[in-house]
Amino acid sequence: MDQDKPRAHHDMGGVPRYACEPVDIAPHTLSDFDKEVDALRQVLGLKGVMTVDELRRGIESIPEADYHRLSYYQRWIRSITDTLLRKGFITEDELRAALEAP
Amino acid sequence: MSTLVETDAETLLAALRGLLAAKGLATPAEIAERLAITEKASPAQGARIVAKAWTDPAFRARLLADGTATVEGLGIPMRGAPPLGVLENTPDLHHLVVCTLCSCYPRAVLGYPPFWYKSAGYRARAVRDPRGLIAEWGTKLPDTTRIRVVDSTADYRWMVLPLRPAGTDGWSEDALAALVHEGDMVGVSVPSAG
Amino acid sequence: MDLAPGTEVRVKDDWPETRGPCHIRTPHYVRGRRGRILRRLGAFPNPEDLAFARPAPTRALYHVLFDETALFPDSRQGDDLLVELFEHWLEPA
Repeated sequence: MDQDKPRAHHDMGGVPRYACEPVDIAPHTLSDFDKEVDALRQVLGLKGVMTVDELRRGIESIPEADYHRLSYYQRWIRSITDTLLRKGFITEDELRAALEAP
Repeated sequence: MSTLVETDAETLLAALRGLLAAKGLATPAEIAERLAITEKASPAQGARIVAKAWTDPAFRARLLADGTATVEGLGIPMRGAPPLGVLENTPDLHHLVVCTLCSCYPRAVLGYPPFWYKSAGYRARAVRDPRGLIAEWGTKLPDTTRIRVVDSTADYRWMVLPLRPAGTDGWSEDALAALVHEGDMVGVSVPSAG
Repeated sequence: MDLAPGTEVRVKDDWPETRGPCHIRTPHYVRGRRGRILRRLGAFPNPEDLAFARPAPTRALYHVLFDETALFPDSRQGDDLLVELFEHWLEPA
């Protein structure tokens, strides 16, 4: 396969870098955080606030090092927040105030 | 992208929870309702579908022709979910499902995707070395069986209908369903009666 | 364009990644490769537009089959790969 093609980092099919990476096949339980983020995304989808495609676009725009460092649902909450800010459903000022609230 | 999105994820969720509730965009009750609906789907639900397909040829034919309507007929809520496609394994052809771009998975039927399905190793290796990959589960197919890798890239969600194991003639649906595990419906493993 | 089952197609060798922000559902490893139509899956709003909250015209979606050896020369003869691709990524081969 051509190594010089400019694939995006989330576009992983067949990438030789992972050819020898073992797969962790043990069961992993989702945390309460994971489940809440998952459900929140569904609600925002059903209410027409954001599509799953927007979620993916936001995940794909996370820089590669962060993409690999963050857990699955940590990527999601970052993408959801980015999308809500971009579309004006929340403002930076509102988010900053909410983050600083005790 | 605002640097605020780099805030610790739990803190970010707590802040959004309050903001979105105040704006009426996502209330705690709505979130709890979706979470409860999501948790009703599970590999056990998928296993019941498989067992029914093994014992009821008419159901099997309908399932393969129109997965969405057929599982809806069993009371599985599919409204708003992507269409479901069912891929039938045969002695000659084995299916292995992957989503190389993200983590598309038949959640309405099988529940949350397992950890390994979302991993870089799985996503990268499935399309290039499917036999080496499923060997991680101890799965070895007969030399005469071809593998068809299914990269789930768009609007459908794909579930594998595994082969019914030998030595299960006359078994009840419940007994058959107990043989079917999560990975069998993705194609990393195959059910066995042994 | 309606592609009948069995039609030989080639996936466009296009790299929108080089032209700015985009969201595409055509994996890099099939671009420029030849496959054949297995079936038409339906028509869906174009995710490339949905991802940016733009009006999304509906596009036909096909299940396209490739020989594994055409994608990855080191793979096993007889194995194949099936992938969902939108019509605007396909051209008759």
